Amino acid sequence: MAFLEIRNLMKSFGNVDVLKGINIEIEEGGFLVLVGPSGCGKSTLLNTIAGLEAITSGDISIGGRSVAGLHPSKRDIAMVFQSYALYPNMTVAQNIGFGMEIRGIGQTDRDKAIADVSELLQIGHLLDRKPSQLSGGQRQRVAMGRALVREPQVFLFDEPLSNLDAKLRVDMRTEIKRLHQRMGTTIVYVTHDQIEAMTLATKIAVLKDGILQQFGSPAEIYNDPANMFVADFMGSPSMNLIPARIETEGNGVAVVISKRGGGEAVRLPVENANGLTAHAGADVIFGIRPEALTDPDGADRTGGGLVNAVCPIEVVEPAGSDTFAVTHLGDIEVTARLRADAAIEPGREETLTFNMTKAVFFDPKTESRIA
Amino acid sequence: MSQPSADVAVQTNRLVRIAIYTALIVLAVYYLLPFYVMVVNSLKPLDEIREGDMLALPRQWTIAPWLSAWSTAQIGVEPTGLRPYFMNSIFMVVPAVALSTILGALNGYVLTKWRFPGHNLVFGMMLLACFIPFQIVLIPMARVLGILGLAGTTWGLVLVHTVYGLGFTTLFFRNYYEAFPTELVRAAQIDGASFFQIFRRILLPSSGPIIVVTVIWQFTNVWNDFLFGASFADVDSVPMTVALNNLVSSSTGVKEYNVHFAGAILAALPTLIVYVVSGRYFVRGLMAGAVKG
Repeated sequence: MAFLEIRNLMKSFGNVDVLKGINIEIEEGGFLVLVGPSGCGKSTLLNTIAGLEAITSGDISIGGRSVAGLHPSKRDIAMVFQSYALYPNMTVAQNIGFGMEIRGIGQTDRDKAIADVSELLQIGHLLDRKPSQLSGGQRQRVAMGRALVREPQVFLFDEPLSNLDAKLRVDMRTEIKRLHQRMGTTIVYVTHDQIEAMTLATKIAVLKDGILQQFGSPAEIYNDPANMFVADFMGSPSMNLIPARIETEGNGVAVVISKRGGGEAVRLPVENANGLTAHAGADVIFGIRPEALTDPDGADRTGGGLVNAVCPIEVVEPAGSDTFAVTHLGDIEVTARLRADAAIEPGREETLTFNMTKAVFFDPKTESRIA
Repeated sequence: MSQPSADVAVQTNRLVRIAIYTALIVLAVYYLLPFYVMVVNSLKPLDEIREGDMLALPRQWTIAPWLSAWSTAQIGVEPTGLRPYFMNSIFMVVPAVALSTILGALNGYVLTKWRFPGHNLVFGMMLLACFIPFQIVLIPMARVLGILGLAGTTWGLVLVHTVYGLGFTTLFFRNYYEAFPTELVRAAQIDGASFFQIFRRILLPSSGPIIVVTVIWQFTNVWNDFLFGASFADVDSVPMTVALNNLVSSSTGVKEYNVHFAGAILAALPTLIVYVVSGRYFVRGLMAGAVKG
């Protein structure tokens, strides 16, 4: 049985449905990331787990015990807020110790716990300061310390890194991951940043408009997106979603993509076309990630399924470690990710290699995955 | 080119400043003049006032009018001075201010952090209380005080002023707490703090400015109130304002203007002290929440 289980969860504010039947479960020690664009309901979902918002129907259980209807303090959870929510009138030590003080834990035990946590987070020298005297990163650590000291069954993080600058955000991300590896406590983490989701999670739940779009491991979400929204949302630069046609070719099928100006169409034969033969003659959306569309020398030759095609290159963007080339296929801009020193020039027709084993296909009307 | 134009800018700036300061000083003198008249005339013997020059400094300084106003002047039928009435006012003002401030803070806390269906309607009705004229409630209030057995007592006046002040204190605290981050309340809930623990440990310590505003506002209003004092007070609960009126408008004997001036200053002194001690918080608190910082 799963450790944290969310079953058929509905949440409405008045007659607005914010969460529409969410089902998620995660094993003990897992790292669940709720990701989605603003307004998708991910923070509301976290608040219902915390007990800060009442649920309309469904159930939430932690460690086999239903917590729906329990007061937040009785759920054995701890939460780190986006604004950190440090009590401004208390010192760092008092902030960390407040929960224990409320629970009636004695001064000596409290001091010991505060000392342990502050050592873990390297904030021992800050214990006598007020939150207003701390930098953003220090406040973040104190907020985490306040959560850690409870030793809860589940940690809840509500976009904890969104108020930090870019460099600090990467550092703290690593630190959170390290803490999770060391403590092994179950974590539920809300973010709108898909890179945070990919790097931290053992399981990702992608939400949109209060509906769970896909739930799976980071690799599943990234390589096997369930629909066009997930494909587009996860990954940076995002997946190329190219309008195309499926045509029969010999024994198998080929993906046919029109070029701008009515030139000869790009034909990409597909080897393992089991799911696609049924769609022969139909319009589809051909999804391919930028790293699966590259220069012939940079292509990954381990898996096979490589197909070369000549494409018009419009823009070349060297990014240091890679070079991004923008081409135009099927009436949309398509990004290819090449080796940093790939010899490629804008305004010319160049050969690009499509890794068809990494390709995914969607129905243009329902936007859901067909192969 | 830039040098002369900078000079001109500095000069204009200085001229504008001189004009502003002159205007401010003139206005300050204008507003302080009545107070000056009261102070100098309260320190003169009555004969000097009768000569007619209200603005002149005393030739013979005396504090006799102050002593008389405080402890021996004729108030109504008793020659007690204002002292007992001053104490009546203190016994009325302190509980009334404390109660209305605490209740207003609780109201503001509930109306912003523990929202319930219809919370805006309740707040609207409390706001309406700020606009009810005193005269309208006189007779119903007299009836209520009678039923409660508080008619003519200091506690009756405390009740009247607490009820009447609630609209304002709720408004102040509600607007202040509206800007108070709700995440702090949620964090405290997760930490297990109860309704009153959150109020006492999290909100109140951050409420200094608005408490000062409310206390000044309530203290001034309750201390200066005349109508409720005149309507609901009995012999042993008459507040300072009513006693001052009885002192000044007595129709028998000589009009001791110097004693009246001293009495008037005594009546105004507590509010003056409250302003001087905590006035700088007043403007700050009134502005708090108006602009997101």
